[in-house]
Amino acid sequence: MILTDTLDIQKIRADFPILDQEINGRKLVYFDNAATTQKPQQVIDVITHYYQHDNANIHRGIHTLAERATRDFEASREAIRAFLGASSIEEIIFTSGTTQGINLVASTFGRKFIQAGDEIIISGLEHHSNIVPWQMLCEEKGCILKVIPVNDLGELDLEAYQQLLSEKVKLVSVNHVSNSLGTINPVAEIIRLAHGVGAKVLIDGAQATSHLNIDVQALDVDFYVFSAHKLYGPTGIGALYGKKALLEAMPPYMGGGEMIKEVSFEKTTYNDLPYKFEAGTPNIADVVAMKTALEYTQNIGRERIAAYEDELLQYATAQLSTIEGLRIVGQAAQKVSVVSFVIEGIHHQDIGVLLDNQGIAVRTGHHCTQPLMKRFGLLGTSRASFAMYNTLEEIDRLVAGLQRVKKMLS
Amino acid sequence: MTINETQDEIIEEFALFDDWADKYEYIIDLGKKLKGLPEEQKTEDNIIKGCQSRVWLNAKLENGKLIFEADSEAVIVKGLVNMLIRVLSAHTPQEIAQADLYFIDRIGMSQHLAQTRSNGLASMVKQMKNYAIAYQLKA
Ligand SMILES: Cc1ncc(COP(=O)(O)O)c(C=O)c1O
Repeated sequence: MILTDTLDIQKIRADFPILDQEINGRKLVYFDNAATTQKPQQVIDVITHYYQHDNANIHRGIHTLAERATRDFEASREAIRAFLGASSIEEIIFTSGTTQGINLVASTFGRKFIQAGDEIIISGLEHHSNIVPWQMLCEEKGCILKVIPVNDLGELDLEAYQQLLSEKVKLVSVNHVSNSLGTINPVAEIIRLAHGVGAKVLIDGAQATSHLNIDVQALDVDFYVFSAHKLYGPTGIGALYGKKALLEAMPPYMGGGEMIKEVSFEKTTYNDLPYKFEAGTPNIADVVAMKTALEYTQNIGRERIAAYEDELLQYATAQLSTIEGLRIVGQAAQKVSVVSFVIEGIHHQDIGVLLDNQGIAVRTGHHCTQPLMKRFGLLGTSRASFAMYNTLEEIDRLVAGLQRVKKMLS
Repeated sequence: MTINETQDEIIEEFALFDDWADKYEYIIDLGKKLKGLPEEQKTEDNIIKGCQSRVWLNAKLENGKLIFEADSEAVIVKGLVNMLIRVLSAHTPQEIAQADLYFIDRIGMSQHLAQTRSNGLASMVKQMKNYAIAYQLKA
């Protein structure tokens, strides 16, 4: 069962210079990958190279640099199209990340197609960024937000979901993977059921893209959003996939340069897809580097990464369970490499501080999912989330670190 | 004892510790010893914003001296609050408002002062000073 030697972890680690440092006198153990992953040297190099050799504003320039920058920018769009299995680059919109992708859909699709009395379904597992934009829309439009309940294992209750579905539902917006618990949601089924009542579906893929393969056409999903920074890429950049017919029917998001065809004071005509949704000079360097990050995972082999991460998950789950008083929150049958836990009688903040002093970075708190924490009667958890560069030895460090925390606080 | 005398005393105590664990064990111990607040005083009004754990701070004026009482769900925060109370409580609002809290840096806890640290020592200090300023204006 030991797959460790199918991935050369030491070689991978050597690509991530940030990992090679000491924090508080101990070798860094970085287990906060669900918040953001670290970046390989290849990604860092591409950003530097872009500014050193290729920087120019894209699309309108006629000179060589502008052409080069445009070519690399559009090559990234093509790489993302292929990664998501979309049929056309017109369906790939660059955003600043998942949050902006969701807000874009809420502001355009939502404003145009959702009316008073209509219903939007989200789930109890959602990140605040997949809750608040819909609340804002509902406040403005008078639509109604419904929530799919979560069971004790941290899985969505699909029967309850079916009860919520009706002709009134215009949109279902749920995450592919829960950031707090690691639950992988049955999104294909969720989408199929939603389409049965004529509702569109947005999938928040923020936590999925680094662990799972995505195929938007096989899923038949209407919108899929994600952030590059959780996938070994730069921060502040991401993409929205939308079905072409929908994107065409939607009004623009922001007005400005790039998104127009012709402007006069009397009337402006909008640009074609995908540019209609990309007003202003984009984050070109980071778009270019996003492709490098994708390729980095593809070169290692995404299935192999997933298999290795699953080994980390199984090992961590087993080892952490040996700690007396520790309870893992989120025990879904299908999970990515995220372990959320609480220790009886110990506040998560104390855990976080004392692990940091031992060089171990975990996330503590509500993980931007306060309703989910409330569902479990918690104010927060400690969360260790693993990436391809983590090791079993690091998990041993976490377990030993937690034993020490317990001893110090007893 | 003046505010600075107490600070110097704490700095001396911490000089005895040679590793992080000793230091934190001491702070944890201080946390456990903090009397805390009765449940009815753990109100929304008393909560200090900006902390990952809930921290409640109460202030009252007695004979011209400001008395602080506080509580938290997290033990390390309680330990830090305990030290702040030891330094600042039972001084005049003016003394508290003007205090320069150099002991935090000197005992190696200044990382907890950073705004990004969600245990919010900075928020606590600010709230204590705000109380002092408010009582100064009232006087
Ligand atoms: C499930 C989920 N949705 C949305 C987001 C927001 O992503 P970003 O901050 O990159 O927009 C996150 C990131 O924490 C997330 O985990």
